[in-house]
Amino acid sequence: MAEKEVRLMKGNEVIAHAAVRCGCDGYFGYPITPQSEVMETLMELKPWETTGMVVLQAESELASINMVYGGAATGKRVMTSSSSPGVSLMSEGMSYLAACELPCLIVNCQRGGPGLGTIQPSQGDYFQACKGGAHGDFHLIVLAPASVQEMHDFVDLGFELAFKYRNPAMILADGAIGQMMEKVVLAPQKARRADAEIEAEYGSWACCGKGTRRERNICTSLEMQSEKMEKINFHLNEKYKAIEAAEARWEQIDCDDADYVLVAFGSSARICSATVELARAEGIKVGLMRPITLYPFPSEPLAAMCRRGVKGFLSVELNAGQMVEDVRLAVDGKSSVAHYGRQGGMMFTPDEVLEALKSNFIK
Amino acid sequence: MAEVEIKPENMIYAKPRLITDEVMHYCPGCSHGTVHKLVAEVIDEMGLEKSTIAVSPVGCSVFAYKYVDVDWVEAAHGRACAVASAIKRLHPDKLVFSYQGDGDLAAIGTAETIHAAARGENIATIFINNAIYGMTGGQMSPTTLLGQKTATTPYGRDSRLNGFPYKIAEMLVHLDGATYITRQSVHTPANVRKCKKAIRHAFENSLAGNGYSMVEVVSTCSSGWKMSPVDSNKWLEENMLPHYPLGDIKRSELPK
Repeated sequence: MAEKEVRLMKGNEVIAHAAVRCGCDGYFGYPITPQSEVMETLMELKPWETTGMVVLQAESELASINMVYGGAATGKRVMTSSSSPGVSLMSEGMSYLAACELPCLIVNCQRGGPGLGTIQPSQGDYFQACKGGAHGDFHLIVLAPASVQEMHDFVDLGFELAFKYRNPAMILADGAIGQMMEKVVLAPQKARRADAEIEAEYGSWACCGKGTRRERNICTSLEMQSEKMEKINFHLNEKYKAIEAAEARWEQIDCDDADYVLVAFGSSARICSATVELARAEGIKVGLMRPITLYPFPSEPLAAMCRRGVKGFLSVELNAGQMVEDVRLAVDGKSSVAHYGRQGGMMFTPDEVLEALKSNFIK
Repeated sequence: MAEVEIKPENMIYAKPRLITDEVMHYCPGCSHGTVHKLVAEVIDEMGLEKSTIAVSPVGCSVFAYKYVDVDWVEAAHGRACAVASAIKRLHPDKLVFSYQGDGDLAAIGTAETIHAAARGENIATIFINNAIYGMTGGQMSPTTLLGQKTATTPYGRDSRLNGFPYKIAEMLVHLDGATYITRQSVHTPANVRKCKKAIRHAFENSLAGNGYSMVEVVSTCSSGWKMSPVDSNKWLEENMLPHYPLGDIKRSELPK
């Protein structure tokens, strides 16, 4: 079994290695650029011969997300990956997974849209990922990696959070993070959970056959009586509140004395960290706040920065302005908020971000 | 009048052990109840109560999980064969089957059904073909017969307007991964017995790892067809069976 190991790898390849190493039971996917290396790497690794992990190429994203639904319903650690148009096809399944409180991991390596769009990087699926993205009131837990190392780490973290809250989790990456190569420390191999462990831990809900002990389990999202359905909704709401209270994650760079703060996630945050250096060289006190969880959104650190007197927040995103709405909600009118973005697979440079900051706040 | 005494030795029929005490929501004359009982009996007789994972559809039999006492996963509309495929791959020693109607399986779920069969998944599908969408109030389904009146074909299904009914069982025959395809009915006691044998064979085929099995059951929907249960059985025999003939369509070994 694999030990801890340092490698140079693509973000997408690392997802595959991390999945095997964290004891994932099954991957179900469908090819789409720019994330096809995930399944290609898994097929090359042949984990069914080592850990016993199942890898299956489905006929569509509709099928792959519903395979994830089936596997998750039996208490297994299962995942899929796709890119924006494919994730749209999965939205129905995500709603069912959230409704049935099934833990699983979904990786979205975003590309530009709408429609078939482009195969270049984008962050245009923020709304879809963070605001439900399908019918009914629900949330995914959304993690935004900004490096190949985080692509690796968030596979295990995503599963841990998914099982902790019995909720689907998503890694919202983009084409840049998926395609770039970086040094990564691969975790040592974790064992897959035995069926008996699953039965012991999740026997109250997992549909893995009645076994020798228990009453049957039923995994369904259907409830015909409104009084009962509303109780299920209330239960889900309570869970989301608990997630919001406990699981917000973020990183702050040079924010302590900053007059202006860039808010950016994923590949945008990497570019913005260079902007911070450029600005500081010019004597402008700029910081970077990088949300690591997009849901739950780290509102409190932004509110605290307002209280300290930050003069302006620039939400820097590869889209037309999506996360900026959550920044505005966090800032709550107490400071200025603006958005800067590129679309269509185009990326900004650190200088362009600095110009946008100046034109918005320092006239 | 002498009191009738019910003695166990005089009983020739009882509720199957794996049918729960839930009040069934199926209409009088509907085939679902009979097929549920057959499924429950076969699971019990094969000793698979503890090691079965069943997948229910969207449609009237969405509530199959209320009545048959095994673990159930309720799938999104049409996705049962994808859900079942993953479950079986993760639990290769369990009996995994889907239970689906003609709208779920042959319209919205066509791709999932065909590809599960093409991959030769070791699952079985019980396919209730009553040529109508029952749950949503009797609309045309892909298997609705030409001329048949439904809520969305009020003047009868017209091939130019509504397309032709199709036989998904006959389509599946061409797939190497599909090794047992049969069409049965439960409209007479003799047919009920044949259908039970077919279900058992499908489950055995799955457990043997011999690929995909489907038992299509040509069924009645008295409410949707707007007929009495007796008339429904007659209509089934006169109209459904000529178009959907009964019997085994394919029995084979999974190719290497």
